[in-house]
Amino acid sequence: MNDWSLGHLADPARCWEPIDVAGQNPESLLALLKTMLRIRQAERCLAEGRRNGQIGGPVHLGVGQEAVAVGVATSLRKSDRVFGAHRSHSHVISMGTSLHRLFAEVLGKQVGVSRGMGGSMHLWDQPNGFYGSVPIVAGTVPLAVGAALAAKMQGRGDVGVAYLGDGAVEEGVVHESLNLARMLEAPAIFVVENNLFASHMHISLRQPKAATARFAAANDIPYEIVDGNDVLAVRAAATRMIDLARAGKGPGFLEAVTYRWYGHVDWREDIDVGVNRSAVDLEGWRKRDPIARLVAGLDAQGWLNQAQQVAMEAEVTQEVALAWSEACDDGDPPPSALTSHVFVDRKVSTP
Amino acid sequence: MSSARYNYGTALLAGFEHLLENYPEVFVLGQGLWSPWYVGNSMTDLDKKYGLHRIIDTPVSESATTGAAIGAALAGMKPIVVHPRMDFMLYAMDAVVNQAAKWSHMFGGQAGPAVTIRSIINRGGEQGAQHSQSLHAWLAHVPGLRVVMPATVADARDLLIASVLCPDPVVFIDDRWLYELEDDLPPVVERQLEREGPKCLLAGHDLTIVASGYSTQLALNAAGLLATEGISAEVIDLRVLNPFDPQALINSVTKTGRLLAVDGGWSPCGMAGEVIASVMERVAPAAMKKSPVRLSLPFAPAPTAGSLEKIYYPSVATVESAARELVTKA
Repeated sequence: MNDWSLGHLADPARCWEPIDVAGQNPESLLALLKTMLRIRQAERCLAEGRRNGQIGGPVHLGVGQEAVAVGVATSLRKSDRVFGAHRSHSHVISMGTSLHRLFAEVLGKQVGVSRGMGGSMHLWDQPNGFYGSVPIVAGTVPLAVGAALAAKMQGRGDVGVAYLGDGAVEEGVVHESLNLARMLEAPAIFVVENNLFASHMHISLRQPKAATARFAAANDIPYEIVDGNDVLAVRAAATRMIDLARAGKGPGFLEAVTYRWYGHVDWREDIDVGVNRSAVDLEGWRKRDPIARLVAGLDAQGWLNQAQQVAMEAEVTQEVALAWSEACDDGDPPPSALTSHVFVDRKVSTP
Repeated sequence: MSSARYNYGTALLAGFEHLLENYPEVFVLGQGLWSPWYVGNSMTDLDKKYGLHRIIDTPVSESATTGAAIGAALAGMKPIVVHPRMDFMLYAMDAVVNQAAKWSHMFGGQAGPAVTIRSIINRGGEQGAQHSQSLHAWLAHVPGLRVVMPATVADARDLLIASVLCPDPVVFIDDRWLYELEDDLPPVVERQLEREGPKCLLAGHDLTIVASGYSTQLALNAAGLLATEGISAEVIDLRVLNPFDPQALINSVTKTGRLLAVDGGWSPCGMAGEVIASVMERVAPAAMKKSPVRLSLPFAPAPTAGSLEKIYYPSVATVESAARELVTKA
């Protein structure tokens, strides 16, 4: 791929085969599968909530991209500092955020992860290591570099992670951030979820080459390009990269090639999906389903039979339904929230 | 400990030293920090004293360095990001306006980037339109940002310290035209920025002159000349432009009945207009002896030619003249 094409990784007719799980620990794989299922079903639930009008604001869904966050999260710890963007439900769920509080946030409820002040596009769960997501494209990328620099100064081996998309690399601040991270030797991991689209525009209409890792090379940052729908490939690359960063070797750049099944925003598959996206392509990418491929791999080893799979899905379905119903019953923020916390509420001493 | 002699620049330096000495989580990044000349005498030898790991000269990347400072603040540090000229900071406006200012409110009070963004006004000397701006009013428009403009030697040191120790994002705006100003300062006493606001620097009864930063020094000097003519001017220094507490102004204008707002920015949607509106909303019309007046920049970018520069900026003479007219003209 030294021509910076993505080759077979961007070909919807390739990479359909079951994930090769030989030699892996079955328990850990079942945990990965369950988290991917949780993300998938949570997002399906949000799609429905948006379609039927229960959710008032936009939701950017990543169905089809679950393996990226789940593969990365296996190497993270709570003291790491992870930053997301507009399509970040998978990131927080992979890190252990409560579904109830995530749903409550999307519904604008007071118990939400951002106290009902953020909605789907502004998520926060610092106790689980998620430092915030925002919808300004690439807005958090330099923040992740700074949080990584802080980790280096604090000397505890923590890392900063910036999730960004292939559209974000078209923002100038990403290039500044890559250079800065490299020059400061900050333990920052740039995870590009390259789903080939920025809103409606295919990458071929936006960039001369499809592999965004060329910008890592330009900034002398080690990179890997992986099948983003292979959770084990993501996990292996993320582990290598994060271990190096923890050991003081500076930043890393992980490009995970994937695809979203829905359009840019909300629940539809048939609108706002963009230029150069065909039903044939979507069908091919559905066959590259990261969940079905892991299930097939587990099945081939006899580690997950049909009945166990059905039971796991039922368990997750129930969990999601319960969280949704709890969130729907939660209360709104009080009117005073409108002007609270504009500034930090610190105790001010009297003279 | 007794007081010591400082100028505005060395007072800033003393503020940095106090912070770096006492707070290991404080670090500084920005362009020119390893250069002997970029930021006047305000950061001399900090790199030698506190190390290149805490005084970080950066690539030419205003946007990323400001964002990085915010990220470091979210991760428990107290960073100061330095922009040696405010004009160049415009590259960083997403980080300042969309990120730093909004995170506390947007995440329900759970996230507070305690970052200080030092932005230096550096104009004059025929540097032209892009080496001259004072955009404090823009920043004061944004909820969630504290905006501080020290006009005195004491405030240069003490408000810098208060800004960095404040849990909110603060834009700290100092002015190279003030660096030679001298004063005696007592030892540092740490203050809470929330308690700081507009302050009366000179009491008077004929009119109230409100200003900030360098304009405050113009107002003080003009007040000195006015006094020789028998005009008694009260001078109020804004100091903290956001959040803006106009109470001291209201009290003063209630007494004097005349208001002159002097500002080193442009008039439309500017700080002088905000000063006048805030006062006029709360002072009884009967208490006003004259309509308020604002003195600001001509509504044009800064010129380059020295001859035009001389007439572009407010001066002691133009402040004095505007004040005299307000008091004496029928």
